[in-house]
Amino acid sequence: MRRIAALTRNPVAIALFAALAVAGCRSQQQVPNTAAELGLGGAGSATPGSTQEFTVSVGDRIFFDTDSSVIRSDAQATLTRQAQWLNKYPSYSITMEGHADERGTREYNLALGARRAAAARDFLVSQGVPANRIRTISYGKERPVAVCDDISCWSQNRRAVTVLGGAGS
Amino acid sequence: MRKFVKTTLAIVALVAGIAALAVVPARALVEIDINKGVVEPVPIAITDFLSGDAMGVEIAGVISADLRRSGLFAPIEKNAFIEKISNPDVTPRFEDWRVINAQAVVTGRVTQEPDGRLRVEFRVWDTFAGRQLSGEQLFANQENWRRVAHIIADTIYEQFTGEKGYFDSRIVYVSESGPRDNRVKRLAIMDQDGARHEYLSDGRSIVLTPRFSPQRQEITYMSYESGNPQVYLLQLETGQRELVGNFPGMTFAPRFSPNGDKVIMSLLREDGNSNIYTMDLRTRNTARLTDTNAIDTSPSYSPDGSQVVFTSDRGGRAQIYVMGADGSNQRRISFGDGAYSTPVWSPRGDLIAFTKQSGGNFQIGVMRTDGSGERIISSGFLQEGPTWSPNGRVIMFFRQDAGAVGPKLYSIDLTGRNEQPVATPNFGSDPAWSPLLK
Repeated sequence: MRRIAALTRNPVAIALFAALAVAGCRSQQQVPNTAAELGLGGAGSATPGSTQEFTVSVGDRIFFDTDSSVIRSDAQATLTRQAQWLNKYPSYSITMEGHADERGTREYNLALGARRAAAARDFLVSQGVPANRIRTISYGKERPVAVCDDISCWSQNRRAVTVLGGAGS
Repeated sequence: MRKFVKTTLAIVALVAGIAALAVVPARALVEIDINKGVVEPVPIAITDFLSGDAMGVEIAGVISADLRRSGLFAPIEKNAFIEKISNPDVTPRFEDWRVINAQAVVTGRVTQEPDGRLRVEFRVWDTFAGRQLSGEQLFANQENWRRVAHIIADTIYEQFTGEKGYFDSRIVYVSESGPRDNRVKRLAIMDQDGARHEYLSDGRSIVLTPRFSPQRQEITYMSYESGNPQVYLLQLETGQRELVGNFPGMTFAPRFSPNGDKVIMSLLREDGNSNIYTMDLRTRNTARLTDTNAIDTSPSYSPDGSQVVFTSDRGGRAQIYVMGADGSNQRRISFGDGAYSTPVWSPRGDLIAFTKQSGGNFQIGVMRTDGSGERIISSGFLQEGPTWSPNGRVIMFFRQDAGAVGPKLYSIDLTGRNEQPVATPNFGSDPAWSPLLK
């Protein structure tokens, strides 16, 4: 489990994900919601309770509209799955990362990312995840996953990502 | 007339600065009205300073480059010079300079004092009035020769414009390298002309928004180094770093108060909104200036310290607001079509520079402090973060063009003329201009 957990932080894996995101960007496809939709692995292949299962089957990220921290209905579905999973595996603590796209100024986007992370956290808490398991951090526009100069990338960068930590403690 | 105005200039250390006796320079016959829309650059001859080594040529080169970049002067190519200056104390043959249309001639000499310091003498001559405008001598440690050149350029600028120059100043900014989705960001500092570039951080953690203290060799900035994004102070002389305050959440968007005693910044609240706080750097006392369920950020003091301009989305989209320095009388001043952010109060007190997003692109503009007289001075695909030159005449900002890998620094005159790239070794963002050095 440790090794699998480490995989998501592996630079090769991250680079692969970014490359796929850019490919999606070029073809103007709908924004993928989960790693499964990106073809990173079948839903059935992940070990129950693993980071891989969380990322692949549950979906580790949600997306936002421009300059908004409102949790959209598609994001509500993802966060509801996250909450169910986190309630099933209570040993995980999480970091909720809030991100913004490049179409805002730096300091404002730090605040916007923070607001997104807080909104996602609050939704999980409303679904029974204890607040003390959730840390939030904003990266503003400093950590884009998709790099192009149009809406197809910006819409992927306006996100909140749930990063698992503290497994099996 | 030909006697030097006595000026002492003791550069004690790189940062301890220069104590110069005040000299009221004569105004040039040809004056530059920098408030006019279009200014014809004044042709000026900067002759190589006499010296036993290359220093005289180097100093003349730095002066020429400063004046040319300002857009207000057109330094004349040396090979057009008719008179060869062999003694900078002797009145030049003005007719030789008028022939090549030089409105002024600058002559000088570099020698070395017994204690090793440089002695730089210079004179500025008005060729059409046929008189000396100024003559000064400066003493400086060898390594500060560029500062001497900038001070001379500032003197010339002031004689022709009637306003203080800005060349003897520095820029702190964020140097960016690597791919867009894995950017390495380092604090860096350089002279306003890009020289003497140094890195102040190693790039292991994200650093953002460095700002100079108006009073000390100190900057405040935001860093992710602890894992929690927080505001720090960095002493430039010692390299000592210090966390500003002990706040529970993210702190960001720091700036100093005009007297350097306080840092004003945003603090993230538990509910995801951000309010503006100050921390007194001596007493460590903190004060909350705003308390809204909104994003309140990017605070910037008026130069007299009595007011603060900031960004807030309390009305929906981000707009610019002004309040008293105690948080009183908060009022919106921007009402144009679009989103406004990153307001910065001019050091002259009369204008606020800002970033505006409208029509799918980003603009740098200025408005009066009541929000009237909005004027866009530059537009681009993605540009933001204005900072004022110490005399309030020039604005630096950063821009990333569509398709570019990274952002670059630019300077532009307040009038919207004379946009110039600022050379940096890598990509650059978040520039902040220092006050004139001391």
